[in-house]
Amino acid sequence: MMILSTLTLSHYLILGAILFTIGIVGVFLNRKNLIVLLMAIELMLLAVNMNFVAFSYYMNDAAGQIFVFFILTVAAAESGIGLAILVVLFRNLSSIHVDDLDQLKG
Amino acid sequence: MIEFKTFIFYMLATILVLSSLAVITAKNPVHAALSLVLAFFNAAGIWLLLQAEFLAIALVMVYVGAVMVLFLFVVMMLDINIERLRQGFWQYLPFGALVGLLLITEMSMVLGGSYFGADILSPPDAPAGYSNTKTLGRLLFTDYVYPFELASIVLLVGIVAAVMLTLRSRKDTKYMKSSEQVKVKRNDRLRIVSMPAVKEGE
Repeated sequence: MMILSTLTLSHYLILGAILFTIGIVGVFLNRKNLIVLLMAIELMLLAVNMNFVAFSYYMNDAAGQIFVFFILTVAAAESGIGLAILVVLFRNLSSIHVDDLDQLKG
Repeated sequence: MIEFKTFIFYMLATILVLSSLAVITAKNPVHAALSLVLAFFNAAGIWLLLQAEFLAIALVMVYVGAVMVLFLFVVMMLDINIERLRQGFWQYLPFGALVGLLLITEMSMVLGGSYFGADILSPPDAPAGYSNTKTLGRLLFTDYVYPFELASIVLLVGIVAAVMLTLRSRKDTKYMKSSEQVKVKRNDRLRIVSMPAVKEGE
């Protein structure tokens, strides 16, 4: 079995695909829970980073790893601001349930 | 015979997939956050297999050390009604699983074939004395120096936004305004009351 014995690019790409799918299913399942929603987004970003690193290794081009560096930066800023918004939300509503966030309906 | 590197990959990948499944199914958000920490550790291991040493360490330090600790702080700070947050979980499960299966089949069919050049084997090992960190640093400070500075601005805006969002001035805090203390005049603090002089016993 060639596929099982030697590592190819496909292994990493399929692992990234599985991680991305788990992230999407996580968004479906935890629609009411903002915190786990943010964690599912982190999983999807991790999958994208995995693809970047795998391509960077197999194409022998370090630019892919630079991109992962920038994605990590933006993701850190995103989760920091997201959690800050969550804290403000909880302070105002005493709840982070998605059903309570209906003040903007027309 | 299975190669040692392949064995390591399968082990790390299995733990990675299982722990990320635990992230999205955990009842308690604290357990979800801790499973995500495990997932990040295993992802860092897989990146080490791909000879991306700098990014593997950065993932562990930035994500496990900073972002996940922030997540845990927020989860523990908020008083969450877990039962209410999980309602609809079983209702959405069949549809979510269906979409997931569809996605994974389609992507595997594309990525597993040879359409992508995805069957290429690993390149030759790096020469002795090759440093991943040095290569990345050289690229980052020459070709990608403007994106690098933009990234620092993004982080700065992130800091300012997070502080401004969560800042609140409490009314009962006692603090000094030094500018008003400096410009205070005698008459603001001292009042001279003129009283008639009286003798005791009159």
